Amino acid sequence: MSSADTNHQSLTGRISDVLWRKPRLLLALLLLPPLLWLGVIYIGSLIALLVQSFFSIDEFSGLIRYELTLKTYGELFRPANYDIIIRTVLMASTVTIASAIVAFPIAYYAARYARGRMKALFYIGVMLPLWSSYLVKVYAWKLILAKEGIITWMVDSVGLGFLLDILLRIPIIGGNSLSVSYIGTFLVFLYVWLPFMILPVQAALERVPGNLLEASSDLGASNRQTFRHVIVPLALPGIVAGSIFTFSLTLGDYIIPQIVGSSRLFIGQAVYAHQGTAGNIPLAAAFAVVPIVIMAGYLWMAKKQGAFDAL
Amino acid sequence: MHSSQRAGLGLRLAAIAGLLFLHLPILLIFLYAFTTEDRSYQFPPPGLTLKWFGVTWGRADVWEALALSIKVASVSTLIAMVLGTLCAAAVSRARFFGREAISLLVILPIALPGIVTGISLRSAFNLADIPYSTLTIILGHATFCVVVVYNNAVARFRRLSGSMVEASMDLGANSFQTFRYIILPNIGTALMAGGMLAFALSFDEVIVTTFTAGQQATLPIWMLEELVRPRQRPVTNVVAMVVVLATFLPILGAYYLTRSGSDTAGSGK
Repeated sequence: MSSADTNHQSLTGRISDVLWRKPRLLLALLLLPPLLWLGVIYIGSLIALLVQSFFSIDEFSGLIRYELTLKTYGELFRPANYDIIIRTVLMASTVTIASAIVAFPIAYYAARYARGRMKALFYIGVMLPLWSSYLVKVYAWKLILAKEGIITWMVDSVGLGFLLDILLRIPIIGGNSLSVSYIGTFLVFLYVWLPFMILPVQAALERVPGNLLEASSDLGASNRQTFRHVIVPLALPGIVAGSIFTFSLTLGDYIIPQIVGSSRLFIGQAVYAHQGTAGNIPLAAAFAVVPIVIMAGYLWMAKKQGAFDAL
Repeated sequence: MHSSQRAGLGLRLAAIAGLLFLHLPILLIFLYAFTTEDRSYQFPPPGLTLKWFGVTWGRADVWEALALSIKVASVSTLIAMVLGTLCAAAVSRARFFGREAISLLVILPIALPGIVTGISLRSAFNLADIPYSTLTIILGHATFCVVVVYNNAVARFRRLSGSMVEASMDLGANSFQTFRYIILPNIGTALMAGGMLAFALSFDEVIVTTFTAGQQATLPIWMLEELVRPRQRPVTNVVAMVVVLATFLPILGAYYLTRSGSDTAGSGK
Protein backbone atom coordinates (compact mmCIF):
# COMPACT_ATOMS: atom_id res chain seq x y z
CA MET A 1 0.00 0.00 0.00
CA SER A 2 2.79 2.41 0.85
CA SER A 3 4.24 2.14 -2.64
CA ALA A 4 0.84 2.98 -4.06
CA ASP A 5 0.72 6.03 -1.79
CA THR A 6 4.09 7.33 -2.95
CA ASN A 7 2.93 6.74 -6.47
CA HIS A 8 0.04 9.05 -5.89
CA GLN A 9 2.32 11.75 -4.55
CA SER A 10 5.01 11.65 -7.24
CA LEU A 11 4.44 13.66 -10.40
CA THR A 12 4.75 10.68 -12.74
CA GLY A 13 2.27 8.82 -10.57
CA ARG A 14 -0.24 11.63 -10.81
CA ILE A 15 0.18 11.94 -14.59
CA SER A 16 -0.23 8.20 -14.82
CA ASP A 17 -3.49 8.35 -12.88
CA VAL A 18 -4.88 11.07 -15.11
CA LEU A 19 -4.00 9.06 -18.20
CA TRP A 20 -5.62 5.96 -16.73
CA ARG A 21 -8.80 7.80 -15.94
CA LYS A 22 -8.93 9.53 -19.32
CA PRO A 23 -7.97 7.00 -21.99
CA ARG A 24 -8.99 9.45 -24.71
CA LEU A 25 -6.34 11.87 -23.51
CA LEU A 26 -3.70 9.14 -23.63
CA LEU A 27 -4.83 8.23 -27.10
CA ALA A 28 -4.59 11.83 -28.22
CA LEU A 29 -1.10 12.15 -26.74
CA LEU A 30 0.03 8.96 -28.47
CA LEU A 31 -1.35 10.06 -31.80
CA LEU A 32 -0.28 13.67 -31.72
CA PRO A 33 3.41 13.34 -32.72
CA PRO A 34 2.92 10.89 -35.63
CA LEU A 35 -0.12 12.78 -36.88
CA LEU A 36 1.70 16.09 -36.70
CA TRP A 37 4.65 14.65 -38.58
CA LEU A 38 2.76 12.77 -41.28
CA GLY A 39 -0.11 15.23 -41.46
CA VAL A 40 1.96 18.38 -41.70
CA ILE A 41 5.07 17.23 -43.53
CA TYR A 42 3.63 14.57 -45.78
CA ILE A 43 0.02 15.51 -46.44
CA GLY A 44 1.07 19.16 -46.50
CA SER A 45 3.59 18.34 -49.21
CA LEU A 46 1.07 16.34 -51.22
CA ILE A 47 -1.33 19.28 -51.11
CA ALA A 48 1.48 21.62 -52.13
CA LEU A 49 2.09 19.36 -55.12
CA LEU A 50 -1.57 19.19 -56.03
CA VAL A 51 -1.94 22.96 -55.87
CA GLN A 52 1.10 23.50 -58.08
CA SER A 53 -0.37 21.25 -60.74
CA PHE A 54 -3.22 23.76 -61.16
CA PHE A 55 -0.81 26.61 -61.84
CA SER A 56 0.62 27.13 -65.28
CA ILE A 57 3.80 28.42 -66.80
CA ASP A 58 3.96 31.60 -68.82
CA GLU A 59 5.25 30.62 -72.24
CA PHE A 60 7.08 33.89 -72.83
CA SER A 61 8.71 34.60 -69.50
CA GLY A 62 9.01 30.99 -68.32
CA LEU A 63 7.71 32.06 -64.90
CA ILE A 64 5.00 30.30 -62.96
CA ARG A 65 1.63 32.06 -63.10
CA TYR A 66 -0.11 31.61 -59.77
CA GLU A 67 -3.68 31.37 -61.05
CA LEU A 68 -5.75 28.22 -60.88
CA THR A 69 -6.18 26.71 -64.33
CA LEU A 70 -6.56 23.32 -66.02
CA LYS A 71 -4.20 24.36 -68.80
CA THR A 72 -1.30 22.30 -67.45
CA TYR A 73 -3.43 19.17 -67.30
CA GLY A 74 -4.44 19.89 -70.90
CA GLU A 75 -0.78 19.73 -71.86
CA LEU A 76 -0.64 16.11 -70.69
CA PHE A 77 -2.79 15.24 -73.69
CA ARG A 78 -0.34 16.65 -76.22
CA PRO A 79 1.00 13.70 -78.27
CA ALA A 80 4.54 13.89 -76.86
CA ASN A 81 3.33 13.80 -73.26
CA TYR A 82 0.49 11.39 -73.89
CA ASP A 83 2.97 8.92 -75.43
CA ILE A 84 5.00 9.02 -72.23
CA ILE A 85 1.97 8.08 -70.16
CA ILE A 86 0.92 5.25 -72.50
CA ARG A 87 4.47 3.90 -72.67
CA THR A 88 4.79 3.85 -68.88
CA VAL A 89 1.41 2.18 -68.33
CA LEU A 90 2.22 -0.45 -70.98
CA MET A 91 5.56 -1.18 -69.37
CA ALA A 92 4.01 -1.37 -65.91
CA SER A 93 1.36 -3.80 -67.15
CA THR A 94 3.87 -6.02 -68.96
CA VAL A 95 6.17 -6.09 -65.93
CA THR A 96 3.23 -6.94 -63.66
CA ILE A 97 2.01 -9.83 -65.81
CA ALA A 98 5.51 -11.24 -66.28
CA SER A 99 6.33 -11.03 -62.59
CA ALA A 100 3.10 -12.85 -61.71
CA ILE A 101 4.11 -15.66 -64.07
CA VAL A 102 7.69 -15.90 -62.78
CA ALA A 103 6.69 -15.49 -59.14
CA PHE A 104 3.97 -18.14 -59.09
CA PRO A 105 6.11 -21.32 -59.16
CA ILE A 106 8.48 -19.93 -56.52
CA ALA A 107 5.62 -18.92 -54.25
CA TYR A 108 3.78 -22.16 -54.90
CA TYR A 109 6.75 -24.35 -54.12
CA ALA A 110 7.62 -22.36 -51.00
CA ALA A 111 4.03 -22.42 -49.75
CA ARG A 112 3.11 -26.06 -50.43
CA TYR A 113 6.26 -28.17 -50.52
CA ALA A 114 9.08 -26.44 -48.68
CA ARG A 115 9.32 -27.45 -45.01
CA GLY A 116 11.67 -26.63 -42.17
CA ARG A 117 15.10 -25.60 -43.41
CA MET A 118 13.97 -25.46 -47.02
CA LYS A 119 11.22 -23.05 -46.05
CA ALA A 120 13.65 -20.76 -44.26
CA LEU A 121 15.96 -20.94 -47.26
CA PHE A 122 13.17 -19.86 -49.61
CA TYR A 123 12.15 -17.08 -47.25
CA ILE A 124 15.67 -15.69 -46.92
CA GLY A 125 16.18 -16.36 -50.63
CA VAL A 126 13.39 -13.93 -51.45
CA MET A 127 14.06 -11.50 -48.63
CA LEU A 128 17.73 -10.85 -49.37
CA PRO A 129 17.20 -9.75 -52.97
CA LEU A 130 14.16 -7.74 -51.87
CA TRP A 131 16.21 -5.74 -49.41
CA SER A 132 19.53 -5.56 -51.27
CA SER A 133 20.39 -2.15 -52.51
CA TYR A 134 18.18 -1.07 -55.38
CA LEU A 135 20.99 0.72 -57.16
CA VAL A 136 23.34 -2.23 -56.80
CA LYS A 137 20.72 -4.42 -58.42
CA VAL A 138 20.31 -2.00 -61.30
CA TYR A 139 24.08 -1.79 -61.57
CA ALA A 140 24.37 -5.58 -61.71
CA TRP A 141 22.06 -5.55 -64.72
CA LYS A 142 24.10 -2.87 -66.40
CA LEU A 143 27.02 -5.30 -66.15
CA ILE A 144 24.90 -8.21 -67.38
CA LEU A 145 23.27 -6.46 -70.33
CA ALA A 146 26.36 -4.59 -71.55
CA LYS A 147 27.44 -5.40 -75.10
CA GLU A 148 30.68 -6.91 -73.76
CA GLY A 149 28.86 -8.48 -70.79
CA ILE A 150 27.92 -11.96 -69.66
CA ILE A 151 24.79 -12.47 -71.80
CA THR A 152 26.59 -11.76 -75.05
CA TRP A 153 29.44 -14.00 -73.92
CA MET A 154 27.08 -16.84 -73.03
CA VAL A 155 25.04 -16.84 -76.24
CA ASP A 156 28.23 -16.49 -78.28
CA SER A 157 29.93 -19.41 -76.56
CA VAL A 158 27.02 -21.73 -77.33
CA GLY A 159 26.84 -20.38 -80.87
CA LEU A 160 23.47 -18.68 -80.54
CA GLY A 161 24.69 -15.13 -81.04
CA PHE A 162 22.49 -14.77 -84.12
CA LEU A 163 19.36 -15.25 -81.97
CA LEU A 164 20.31 -12.28 -79.82
CA ASP A 165 20.89 -10.25 -82.99
CA ILE A 166 17.44 -11.17 -84.30
CA LEU A 167 15.90 -10.22 -80.96
CA LEU A 168 17.63 -6.86 -80.97
CA ARG A 169 16.58 -6.19 -84.58
CA ILE A 170 12.88 -6.27 -83.62
CA PRO A 171 11.61 -2.74 -84.11
CA ILE A 172 10.65 -0.63 -81.05
CA ILE A 173 11.65 -3.13 -78.34
CA GLY A 174 15.09 -3.85 -79.85
CA GLY A 175 18.14 -1.61 -80.03
CA ASN A 176 21.90 -1.50 -80.43
CA SER A 177 22.46 -3.68 -77.39
CA LEU A 178 20.28 -5.05 -74.63
CA SER A 179 21.30 -2.24 -72.32
CA VAL A 180 19.76 0.41 -74.57
CA SER A 181 16.57 -1.45 -75.48
CA TYR A 182 13.11 -1.79 -73.95
CA ILE A 183 13.84 -5.50 -73.48
CA GLY A 184 16.64 -4.50 -71.13
CA THR A 185 14.45 -2.02 -69.23
CA PHE A 186 11.77 -4.68 -68.91
CA LEU A 187 14.22 -7.28 -67.56
CA VAL A 188 15.56 -4.91 -64.92
CA PHE A 189 12.06 -3.90 -63.80
CA LEU A 190 11.06 -7.56 -63.63
CA TYR A 191 14.12 -8.44 -61.60
CA VAL A 192 13.89 -5.55 -59.16
CA TRP A 193 10.16 -5.88 -58.37
CA LEU A 194 9.82 -9.69 -58.52
CA PRO A 195 10.16 -10.26 -54.73
CA PHE A 196 7.27 -7.83 -54.16
CA MET A 197 5.08 -10.24 -56.12
CA ILE A 198 6.39 -13.48 -54.62
CA LEU A 199 5.66 -12.64 -50.97
CA PRO A 200 1.93 -11.82 -51.17
CA VAL A 201 1.27 -14.69 -53.60
CA GLN A 202 3.03 -17.06 -51.21
CA ALA A 203 0.99 -15.67 -48.30
CA ALA A 204 -2.24 -16.25 -50.24
CA LEU A 205 -1.24 -19.79 -51.24
CA GLU A 206 -0.33 -20.71 -47.68
CA ARG A 207 -3.88 -19.98 -46.66
CA VAL A 208 -5.31 -22.49 -49.18
CA PRO A 209 -6.37 -25.47 -47.04
CA GLY A 210 -4.93 -28.79 -48.21
CA ASN A 211 -8.26 -30.61 -47.87
CA LEU A 212 -9.77 -28.30 -50.47
CA LEU A 213 -7.33 -29.72 -53.02
CA GLU A 214 -8.07 -33.27 -51.89
CA ALA A 215 -11.78 -32.61 -52.19
CA SER A 216 -11.23 -31.34 -55.70
CA SER A 217 -9.39 -34.46 -56.80
CA ASP A 218 -11.88 -36.70 -54.96
CA LEU A 219 -14.58 -35.09 -57.02
CA GLY A 220 -12.72 -36.19 -60.12
CA ALA A 221 -10.85 -33.05 -61.12
CA SER A 222 -7.54 -33.54 -62.89
CA ASN A 223 -4.47 -31.72 -61.57
CA ARG A 224 -4.88 -29.16 -64.29
CA GLN A 225 -8.53 -28.58 -63.39
CA THR A 226 -7.75 -28.24 -59.70
CA PHE A 227 -5.07 -25.72 -60.54
CA ARG A 228 -7.32 -23.77 -62.86
CA HIS A 229 -10.52 -23.79 -60.76
CA VAL A 230 -9.30 -24.00 -57.16
CA ILE A 231 -5.73 -22.80 -56.74
CA VAL A 232 -5.63 -19.85 -59.12
CA PRO A 233 -8.88 -18.25 -57.90
CA LEU A 234 -7.72 -18.57 -54.29
CA ALA A 235 -4.30 -17.13 -55.13
CA LEU A 236 -5.82 -14.24 -57.04
CA PRO A 237 -6.05 -11.79 -54.09
CA GLY A 238 -2.33 -12.37 -53.51
CA ILE A 239 -1.53 -11.73 -57.15
CA VAL A 240 -3.57 -8.53 -57.09
CA ALA A 241 -1.80 -7.45 -53.90
CA GLY A 242 1.59 -8.10 -55.50
CA SER A 243 0.54 -6.30 -58.65
CA ILE A 244 -0.17 -3.17 -56.61
CA PHE A 245 3.54 -3.04 -55.81
CA THR A 246 4.90 -4.00 -59.21
CA PHE A 247 2.53 -1.64 -60.99
CA SER A 248 2.98 1.33 -58.67
CA LEU A 249 6.75 0.94 -58.44
CA THR A 250 7.13 0.73 -62.21
CA LEU A 251 4.88 3.74 -62.74
CA GLY A 252 6.95 5.93 -60.46
CA ASP A 253 10.47 4.78 -61.25
CA TYR A 254 12.74 7.12 -63.14
CA ILE A 255 16.14 5.61 -62.45
CA ILE A 256 15.91 2.24 -64.21
CA PRO A 257 14.82 3.62 -67.62
CA GLN A 258 17.49 6.29 -67.30
CA ILE A 259 20.28 3.77 -66.77
CA VAL A 260 19.08 0.82 -68.84
CA GLY A 261 16.93 1.68 -71.83
CA SER A 262 16.35 3.84 -74.85
CA SER A 263 16.26 7.60 -74.58
CA ARG A 264 12.46 7.71 -74.73
CA LEU A 265 11.02 9.00 -71.46
CA PHE A 266 8.84 7.39 -68.79
CA ILE A 267 6.54 9.33 -66.43
CA GLY A 268 9.14 9.45 -63.67
CA GLN A 269 11.79 10.83 -65.99
CA ALA A 270 9.34 13.43 -67.30
CA VAL A 271 8.61 14.59 -63.74
CA TYR A 272 12.30 14.80 -62.99
CA ALA A 273 13.16 16.62 -66.20
CA HIS A 274 10.34 19.16 -65.91
CA GLN A 275 11.02 20.08 -62.30
CA GLY A 276 14.78 20.20 -62.81
CA THR A 277 16.40 21.78 -65.84
CA ALA A 278 13.15 22.86 -67.50
CA GLY A 279 11.89 24.51 -64.30
CA ASN A 280 8.29 23.74 -65.29
CA ILE A 281 7.08 22.70 -61.84
CA PRO A 282 3.36 22.83 -62.73
CA LEU A 283 3.80 20.31 -65.56
CA ALA A 284 6.02 18.12 -63.37
CA ALA A 285 3.32 18.20 -60.69
CA ALA A 286 0.60 17.35 -63.22
CA PHE A 287 2.71 14.41 -64.43
CA ALA A 288 3.15 13.24 -60.84
CA VAL A 289 -0.62 13.31 -60.32
CA VAL A 290 -1.03 10.76 -63.16
CA PRO A 291 0.39 7.80 -61.20
CA ILE A 292 -1.62 8.89 -58.14
CA VAL A 293 -4.85 8.82 -60.14
CA ILE A 294 -4.00 5.51 -61.82
CA MET A 295 -3.04 3.95 -58.50
CA ALA A 296 -6.19 5.25 -56.80
CA GLY A 297 -8.29 3.56 -59.48
CA TYR A 298 -6.19 0.44 -59.24
CA LEU A 299 -6.44 0.28 -55.44
CA TRP A 300 -10.18 0.76 -55.61
CA MET A 301 -10.44 -2.21 -57.96
CA ALA A 302 -8.04 -4.24 -55.82
CA LYS A 303 -10.11 -3.54 -52.72
CA LYS A 304 -13.15 -4.96 -54.43
CA GLN A 305 -11.12 -8.12 -55.15
CA GLY A 306 -10.26 -8.44 -51.46
CA ALA A 307 -6.55 -7.98 -52.11
CA PHE A 308 -5.86 -6.14 -48.87
CA ASP A 309 -6.45 -9.23 -46.77
CA ALA A 310 -3.49 -10.83 -48.53
CA LEU A 311 -1.01 -8.06 -47.77
CA MET B 1 -1.47 -30.47 -58.03
CA HIS B 2 -0.65 -33.80 -56.39
CA SER B 3 -1.88 -34.72 -52.98
CA SER B 4 1.53 -36.37 -52.46
CA GLN B 5 4.29 -34.41 -50.73
CA ARG B 6 6.69 -34.33 -53.71
CA ALA B 7 6.57 -31.49 -56.16
CA GLY B 8 6.52 -32.16 -59.88
CA LEU B 9 9.78 -31.79 -61.79
CA GLY B 10 8.55 -28.83 -63.81
CA LEU B 11 7.50 -26.94 -60.69
CA ARG B 12 10.79 -27.66 -58.93
CA LEU B 13 12.81 -26.50 -61.94
CA ALA B 14 10.75 -23.32 -62.28
CA ALA B 15 11.14 -22.53 -58.57
CA ILE B 16 14.89 -23.13 -58.63
CA ALA B 17 15.31 -21.14 -61.83
CA GLY B 18 13.38 -18.29 -60.20
CA LEU B 19 15.62 -18.27 -57.15
CA LEU B 20 18.74 -18.36 -59.35
CA PHE B 21 17.36 -15.44 -61.36
CA LEU B 22 17.08 -13.52 -58.08
CA HIS B 23 20.58 -14.32 -56.85
CA LEU B 24 23.01 -14.70 -59.76
CA PRO B 25 23.03 -10.99 -60.67
CA ILE B 26 24.05 -10.09 -57.12
CA LEU B 27 26.81 -12.73 -57.14
CA LEU B 28 28.10 -11.27 -60.38
CA ILE B 29 28.79 -8.01 -58.53
CA PHE B 30 31.18 -9.92 -56.26
CA LEU B 31 33.13 -11.19 -59.26
CA TYR B 32 33.37 -7.76 -60.85
CA ALA B 33 34.84 -6.27 -57.66
CA PHE B 34 38.02 -8.23 -58.42
CA THR B 35 38.32 -7.61 -62.16
CA THR B 36 41.44 -6.01 -63.64
CA GLU B 37 39.42 -4.45 -66.46
CA ASP B 38 38.67 -0.79 -65.78
CA ARG B 39 37.34 0.54 -69.10
CA SER B 40 34.38 -1.71 -69.84
CA TYR B 41 32.14 -4.34 -68.29
CA GLN B 42 33.94 -7.17 -70.09
CA PHE B 43 32.97 -10.75 -69.23
CA PRO B 44 34.78 -12.97 -68.39
CA PRO B 45 37.17 -10.65 -66.52
CA PRO B 46 40.65 -10.70 -68.12
CA GLY B 47 42.26 -11.05 -64.69
CA LEU B 48 41.61 -10.82 -60.97
CA THR B 49 43.14 -8.34 -58.53
CA LEU B 50 42.69 -6.95 -55.02
CA LYS B 51 44.03 -3.57 -56.09
CA TRP B 52 40.66 -1.79 -56.25
CA PHE B 53 39.90 -2.42 -52.60
CA GLY B 54 42.93 -0.31 -51.69
CA VAL B 55 42.00 2.39 -54.19
CA THR B 56 38.45 2.55 -52.82
CA TRP B 57 39.75 2.72 -49.25
CA GLY B 58 41.71 5.83 -50.17
CA ARG B 59 38.79 7.67 -51.78
CA ALA B 60 37.60 10.55 -49.59
CA ASP B 61 34.33 11.05 -51.54
CA VAL B 62 33.26 7.46 -50.82
CA TRP B 63 33.90 7.92 -47.08
CA GLU B 64 32.00 11.21 -47.00
CA ALA B 65 29.01 9.68 -48.75
CA LEU B 66 29.09 6.69 -46.42
CA ALA B 67 29.25 8.93 -43.33
CA LEU B 68 26.30 11.01 -44.51
CA SER B 69 24.28 7.88 -45.28
CA ILE B 70 24.91 6.44 -41.83
CA LYS B 71 24.04 9.73 -40.15
CA VAL B 72 20.80 10.15 -42.11
CA ALA B 73 19.78 6.52 -41.61
CA SER B 74 20.46 6.63 -37.85
CA VAL B 75 18.50 9.81 -37.19
CA SER B 76 15.62 8.80 -39.49
CA THR B 77 15.45 5.40 -37.83
CA LEU B 78 15.25 6.96 -34.36
CA ILE B 79 12.46 9.32 -35.43
CA ALA B 80 10.63 6.52 -37.20
CA MET B 81 10.90 4.24 -34.17
CA VAL B 82 9.34 6.85 -31.87
CA LEU B 83 6.56 7.85 -34.29
CA GLY B 84 5.89 4.29 -35.47
CA THR B 85 5.62 2.91 -31.93
CA LEU B 86 3.30 5.71 -30.78
CA CYS B 87 1.08 5.18 -33.78
CA ALA B 88 1.02 1.40 -33.34
CA ALA B 89 0.22 1.75 -29.63
CA ALA B 90 -2.68 4.08 -30.37
CA VAL B 91 -4.11 1.99 -33.20
CA SER B 92 -3.86 -1.31 -31.35
CA ARG B 93 -5.18 -0.18 -27.96
CA ALA B 94 -8.41 1.44 -29.03
CA ARG B 95 -11.01 1.53 -31.72
CA PHE B 96 -11.74 5.10 -32.58
CA PHE B 97 -13.04 7.24 -35.37
CA GLY B 98 -10.48 7.60 -38.15
CA ARG B 99 -8.45 4.54 -37.15
CA GLU B 100 -8.45 3.17 -40.70
CA ALA B 101 -7.43 6.58 -42.00
CA ILE B 102 -4.37 6.55 -39.75
CA SER B 103 -3.20 3.18 -41.05
CA LEU B 104 -3.62 4.53 -44.56
CA LEU B 105 -1.74 7.72 -43.69
CA VAL B 106 1.23 5.71 -42.40
CA ILE B 107 1.34 3.44 -45.45
CA LEU B 108 0.82 6.19 -48.02
CA PRO B 109 4.46 7.41 -48.22
CA ILE B 110 5.60 4.04 -49.57
CA ALA B 111 2.36 3.06 -51.30
CA LEU B 112 2.62 6.06 -53.59
CA PRO B 113 5.49 6.00 -56.08
CA GLY B 114 8.71 7.41 -54.64
CA ILE B 115 8.76 10.14 -57.23
CA VAL B 116 5.45 11.50 -55.89
CA THR B 117 6.78 11.62 -52.33
CA GLY B 118 9.99 13.17 -53.62
CA ILE B 119 8.52 15.93 -55.71
CA SER B 120 5.85 16.69 -53.08
CA LEU B 121 8.51 17.28 -50.45
CA ARG B 122 10.60 19.29 -52.87
CA SER B 123 7.77 21.59 -53.85
CA ALA B 124 6.85 22.01 -50.17
CA PHE B 125 10.46 22.93 -49.31
CA ASN B 126 10.44 25.36 -52.21
CA LEU B 127 7.21 27.02 -51.13
CA ALA B 128 8.41 27.27 -47.53
CA ASP B 129 11.89 28.50 -48.57
CA ILE B 130 13.66 25.71 -46.68
CA PRO B 131 17.20 25.25 -48.05
CA TYR B 132 18.26 21.69 -48.89
CA SER B 133 20.45 20.17 -46.23
CA THR B 134 20.99 17.00 -44.21
CA LEU B 135 17.82 17.97 -42.34
CA THR B 136 15.65 17.91 -45.46
CA ILE B 137 17.01 14.46 -46.37
CA ILE B 138 16.14 13.22 -42.87
CA LEU B 139 12.64 14.73 -43.05
CA GLY B 140 11.96 12.70 -46.18
CA HIS B 141 13.52 9.47 -44.96
CA ALA B 142 11.83 9.47 -41.55
CA THR B 143 8.47 9.92 -43.28
CA PHE B 144 8.67 6.70 -45.27
CA CYS B 145 10.52 4.76 -42.54
CA VAL B 146 7.64 5.11 -40.05
CA VAL B 147 5.68 2.43 -41.85
CA VAL B 148 8.16 -0.45 -41.35
CA VAL B 149 8.46 0.22 -37.63
CA TYR B 150 4.69 0.63 -37.42
CA ASN B 151 4.02 -2.68 -39.23
CA ASN B 152 6.33 -4.62 -36.95
CA ALA B 153 5.08 -2.96 -33.77
CA VAL B 154 1.39 -3.29 -34.65
CA ALA B 155 1.79 -7.03 -35.26
CA ARG B 156 3.46 -7.47 -31.87
CA PHE B 157 0.98 -5.27 -29.97
CA ARG B 158 -1.77 -7.46 -31.35
CA ARG B 159 -0.19 -10.47 -29.64
CA LEU B 160 0.50 -8.63 -26.38
CA SER B 161 -2.46 -9.49 -24.22
CA GLY B 162 -4.30 -6.64 -22.54
CA SER B 163 -4.61 -8.62 -19.32
CA MET B 164 -0.84 -8.40 -18.75
CA VAL B 165 -1.08 -4.62 -18.74
CA GLU B 166 -4.08 -4.75 -16.40
CA ALA B 167 -2.27 -7.16 -14.08
CA SER B 168 0.66 -4.79 -13.90
CA MET B 169 -1.62 -1.89 -13.03
CA ASP B 170 -3.47 -3.98 -10.45
CA LEU B 171 -0.15 -4.76 -8.77
CA GLY B 172 0.41 -1.04 -8.31
CA ALA B 173 2.60 -0.07 -11.24
CA ASN B 174 1.76 3.24 -12.89
CA SER B 175 1.51 3.69 -16.67
CA PHE B 176 5.18 4.56 -17.05
CA GLN B 177 6.34 1.60 -14.98
CA THR B 178 4.01 -0.66 -16.93
CA PHE B 179 5.46 0.66 -20.16
CA ARG B 180 9.03 0.24 -18.92
CA TYR B 181 8.69 -3.24 -17.38
CA ILE B 182 5.85 -4.92 -19.26
CA ILE B 183 5.25 -3.37 -22.66
CA LEU B 184 8.80 -2.50 -23.69
CA PRO B 185 10.33 -5.96 -23.02
CA ASN B 186 7.47 -7.52 -24.96
CA ILE B 187 7.68 -5.33 -28.04
CA GLY B 188 11.47 -4.88 -27.83
CA THR B 189 12.53 -7.38 -30.48
CA ALA B 190 9.80 -6.22 -32.85
CA LEU B 191 11.03 -2.65 -32.45
CA MET B 192 14.62 -3.74 -33.03
CA ALA B 193 13.60 -5.60 -36.18
CA GLY B 194 11.55 -2.61 -37.37
CA GLY B 195 14.47 -0.33 -36.62
CA MET B 196 16.90 -2.48 -38.60
CA LEU B 197 14.59 -2.58 -41.57
CA ALA B 198 14.03 1.19 -41.34
CA PHE B 199 17.80 1.66 -41.29
CA ALA B 200 18.22 -0.56 -44.35
CA LEU B 201 15.40 1.26 -46.14
CA SER B 202 16.87 4.68 -45.46
CA PHE B 203 20.46 3.60 -46.17
CA ASP B 204 19.41 2.44 -49.63
CA GLU B 205 16.89 5.13 -50.62
CA VAL B 206 17.66 7.11 -53.74
CA ILE B 207 14.50 8.34 -55.46
CA VAL B 208 13.18 10.58 -52.69
CA THR B 209 16.73 11.61 -51.80
CA THR B 210 17.49 13.00 -55.25
CA PHE B 211 14.68 15.51 -54.66
CA THR B 212 15.59 16.52 -51.13
CA ALA B 213 19.39 16.42 -51.07
CA GLY B 214 20.67 19.54 -52.78
CA GLN B 215 24.44 19.31 -53.24
CA GLN B 216 25.14 16.58 -50.69
CA ALA B 217 25.64 12.98 -51.73
CA THR B 218 24.50 9.98 -49.72
CA LEU B 219 26.04 6.67 -50.77
CA PRO B 220 23.15 5.81 -53.16
CA ILE B 221 23.38 9.28 -54.72
CA TRP B 222 27.11 8.75 -55.17
CA MET B 223 26.40 5.41 -56.87
CA LEU B 224 23.75 6.96 -59.08
CA GLU B 225 26.23 9.57 -60.29
CA GLU B 226 28.72 6.80 -61.05
CA LEU B 227 26.05 4.90 -62.94
CA VAL B 228 25.03 7.86 -65.07
CA ARG B 229 28.57 9.15 -65.67
CA PRO B 230 31.11 6.42 -64.81
CA ARG B 231 34.40 7.85 -63.62
CA GLN B 232 36.19 4.85 -62.16
CA ARG B 233 34.20 1.68 -62.74
CA PRO B 234 36.24 -0.65 -60.49
CA VAL B 235 35.68 1.62 -57.48
CA THR B 236 31.93 1.45 -58.14
CA ASN B 237 32.20 -2.35 -58.31
CA VAL B 238 33.89 -2.51 -54.91
CA VAL B 239 31.41 -0.09 -53.32
CA ALA B 240 28.52 -2.11 -54.77
CA MET B 241 29.87 -5.29 -53.22
CA VAL B 242 30.39 -3.70 -49.82
CA VAL B 243 26.86 -2.24 -49.89
CA VAL B 244 25.39 -5.70 -50.62
CA LEU B 245 27.28 -7.23 -47.69
CA ALA B 246 26.34 -4.34 -45.41
CA THR B 247 22.60 -4.60 -46.14
CA PHE B 248 22.56 -8.38 -45.62
CA LEU B 249 23.41 -8.01 -41.92
CA PRO B 250 20.38 -5.98 -40.74
CA ILE B 251 18.04 -8.13 -42.86
CA LEU B 252 19.32 -11.38 -41.40
CA GLY B 253 19.25 -9.77 -37.94
CA ALA B 254 15.63 -8.68 -38.34
CA TYR B 255 14.73 -12.15 -39.57
CA TYR B 256 16.27 -13.90 -36.54
CA LEU B 257 14.62 -11.48 -34.12
CA THR B 258 11.12 -12.14 -35.41
CA ARG B 259 11.26 -15.62 -36.95
CA SER B 260 9.38 -17.29 -34.08
CA GLY B 261 6.25 -15.27 -34.75
CA SER B 262 3.80 -15.55 -37.58
CA ASP B 263 4.60 -11.96 -38.44
CA THR B 264 8.13 -12.17 -39.74
CA ALA B 265 9.78 -8.83 -40.34
CA GLY B 266 10.49 -7.48 -43.75
CA SER B 267 7.76 -9.05 -45.77
CA GLY B 268 6.31 -5.64 -46.48
CA LYS B 269 9.08 -3.39 -47.69
